[in-house]
Amino acid sequence: MARILSILVGLFFTAALAWSFGKGAYTQITEPPAVTVEHEFHLLPKHVRFASDGAFGKFDRQQLQRGFQVYKEVCSACHSLSHVAFRDLAQLGYSEAEVKAIAAGFQVAGTDPNTGEANMRPGTPTDYFPKPFANDIAARAANNNAVPPDLSLMTKARHDGAAYVYSLLTGFQAQPAALLKEFPDAKTPNGLHYNPYFANLNLAMAPPLTSEGQVTYGDGTKATVDQMSKDVSAFLIWTAEPSLEKRKQTGWAVLGFLLFATILGYMSYRNIWAGKKH
Amino acid sequence: MAEEDGVRRRDFINIAAVSAAGVAGVGVVIPLVSQMSASADVLAASSTEVDISSIKPGQAIKAVFRKQPVFVRNLTPKEIAEANAVDAATLRDPQTLGERTKEGKENWLITMGVCTHLGCVPLGAGEGEAKGEFGGYFCPCHGSSYDTAARIRKGPAPKNLEVPEYEFASDTVVKIG
Amino acid sequence: MSFPWANEYQPSHPFMKWMDEKLPLPRLVYNSVGSGYPVPRNLNYFWNFGFLALICLVIQIVTGIVMAMHYAANTAVAFDTVEMTVRDVNWGWLMRYAHANGASAFFVVIYIHIFRGFYYGSYKAPREMVWLLGVVIFLLMMATAFMGYVLPWGQMSFWGAKVITGLFSAIPFVGEPLQQWLLGGFAPDNAALNRFFSLHYLLPFVIVGVVILHIWALHIPGSSNPTGVEVKSESDTVPFYPYYIAKDGWAVGAFGFLFCMMLFFFPNALGHPDNYIPANPMSTPAHIVPEWYFWPFYAVLRAFTQDFFFIPAKLMGVLAMFGAILVWFFLPWLDKSPVRSGSYRPTYKKFFWFGLIPAMLVLFYCGGAPAAEPYVMMSQLAALYYFAHFLIILPVVSAIEKPLPLPYSITEAVLGKDEAAQLAPTAR
Repeated sequence: MARILSILVGLFFTAALAWSFGKGAYTQITEPPAVTVEHEFHLLPKHVRFASDGAFGKFDRQQLQRGFQVYKEVCSACHSLSHVAFRDLAQLGYSEAEVKAIAAGFQVAGTDPNTGEANMRPGTPTDYFPKPFANDIAARAANNNAVPPDLSLMTKARHDGAAYVYSLLTGFQAQPAALLKEFPDAKTPNGLHYNPYFANLNLAMAPPLTSEGQVTYGDGTKATVDQMSKDVSAFLIWTAEPSLEKRKQTGWAVLGFLLFATILGYMSYRNIWAGKKH
Repeated sequence: MAEEDGVRRRDFINIAAVSAAGVAGVGVVIPLVSQMSASADVLAASSTEVDISSIKPGQAIKAVFRKQPVFVRNLTPKEIAEANAVDAATLRDPQTLGERTKEGKENWLITMGVCTHLGCVPLGAGEGEAKGEFGGYFCPCHGSSYDTAARIRKGPAPKNLEVPEYEFASDTVVKIG
Repeated sequence: MSFPWANEYQPSHPFMKWMDEKLPLPRLVYNSVGSGYPVPRNLNYFWNFGFLALICLVIQIVTGIVMAMHYAANTAVAFDTVEMTVRDVNWGWLMRYAHANGASAFFVVIYIHIFRGFYYGSYKAPREMVWLLGVVIFLLMMATAFMGYVLPWGQMSFWGAKVITGLFSAIPFVGEPLQQWLLGGFAPDNAALNRFFSLHYLLPFVIVGVVILHIWALHIPGSSNPTGVEVKSESDTVPFYPYYIAKDGWAVGAFGFLFCMMLFFFPNALGHPDNYIPANPMSTPAHIVPEWYFWPFYAVLRAFTQDFFFIPAKLMGVLAMFGAILVWFFLPWLDKSPVRSGSYRPTYKKFFWFGLIPAMLVLFYCGGAPAAEPYVMMSQLAALYYFAHFLIILPVVSAIEKPLPLPYSITEAVLGKDEAAQLAPTAR
């Protein structure tokens, strides 16, 4: 009885699935889905290497400082970095005085101690990077209806994060003629910018890094667009995970110990079972 | 003989394996314990700068240092004289006013606003608050009275109000912590 | 219960004697995981995964309590408090990664544990109750994991909460009020976040309770074994301590090594990048997928694309998704074979290795893929096999297949006929 019932239930589910499959297959044959422009022209991020890659990777602090400079002088006009505090910059190799000076260079929201009114005051090391816009509505209004995302976690919040940021920054280009030929309707709308590394190919951000020497590096590195993009991507790896180096170092110590302990455990297991067939 | 050595070697391996498990256990406990101590953002907020330019002699303000009140008091010459008139050796927690202030800035008495008895905030820093019978601070919780150098004079508190680490960043700004 | 030859607990120290009279806890331990528990001597490494699952549960509870110390269940700050934990709390990054990857490790272990049960017929009498409690644990784990994933209040958290509670809206008549009741509102918000946090903290302790029952029920008939032949004599078993403590011990080391490799070198590999974007109720991510351990069931849900007679596709999907797990409850009665172990069931074995396992892998793969062709059609075929396997093939095959000859006893399976005869001449 139970078996008959179970077979009936089984037939019910399999029949429903077969019906769904059949209809789906039929539609697939009679009306194959149109190829989309994204499918044809979207590109995966370029291959690019960073000092922090790999199991032994460490940050190149010189590069992080350059990347920070790019963020400060270019990106920070529109993009917030809200999870990072100025004090964190000490990890990039800045001295306490330098951190203080950097913080003081930013105006953060404060309260007048006498009147209680909201005002702006110079930042201190404990402050977080200020947001360039008061809220999303203001950000939208100032940026052609698109909100510039926060960058603190950007390299964790996209597949292949740092390579994606680098590719996006260096990927702006004119729309390929082949695209317009194949998809005449897919012309980049006014106010948007074609970039094959962006999921839907057109993004609101104008190319932010456009000319060599847009920032002047203190360490004499030539500020090519490629260099600046790479540096700021490296900086964003750090902002997304300041503990990256400690994580990998701890990891090696833990794995080393566990390997040793596991081998001991295995030998002990063999000892205890010695002479016991199983 | 060989048999016995074999047995001893096996015992040794078993003991070593159990010890390794013990070491692993300790290794796991370390981060579990240390995660409860103050985090980086809390530690970073552990110094405060206070503008003292508007505090007139006889007045005091409450600033915040490590989420606790700190009293910054501009002593009048009379209060300084009262404090110096006491023989420090006779006090419960013997300290002179000079030891509790910075040289040349004897009128600036900067102490934690935390009673050394059980942590209440003593009165006396605010305008019109009771200063207790020794003219300094008075803790309403259990009646501890502090003098004009914030030294304990009467009541259950064992110590003078704590003087935090601080320095004069300029004539008008004190950096506490 | 135990076998008659089980070692008896004999405290020697006066204090232990006193303790044994007042509260025989040491005796309980001795009889459950000590020398007093005889276990078949022929268990293979698939039998280590129960113990590993227990280790995972402990990891999750310990790291979870730590995370709760730094977390605030409020939509305004939830995302930030998790980030703060990672950035500023001492070892906070380790706790967070351990908790997130610990969930994945738990499910890897539990899936292996469950599929071991499928193959070796561990669900069959006299261990039905062990199996039923196990399925309950699995359901509780899924609920706990789902609610835990909502807590960081990232994009996937929010949309996961919305979509999964949306499943309930498929139920006729009461669906929509039910969804609103679950969420405490029209969409996931503070009310939902707070109750999910509360339940996410509660359910693991319920799991601990059911795990205790699971182990208790297991100790009545004792562990099953790869031959599926029940224990007959003392030579079939070894005491849990030291034999299986040693085996489980080194297995924990090996598991810990693999787990730490994920944890320290690929901590975000199993997570979805979108959950590092704070929740935005106004914009849905391009591809919503649950965490990987839900993929097979998510694929089943999405496989139903057509209304079936008068039943809407949405309801069919929800029924099938829950049905895919609920069917496990009936396994002990669907499988009529007198033989437990798949090793001695030639036909069932083929269906297991060439039917169920590939179907499950396809469902895993399709559940994580976008809801487009060919993935939908693949998952439809795989889901079709999945239901057919449990509800049609298993009952029919178990009735008609001719099992291979079983060894007389575990000892015989291990030592061979002659040696076994010498060892236990009286047992026959």
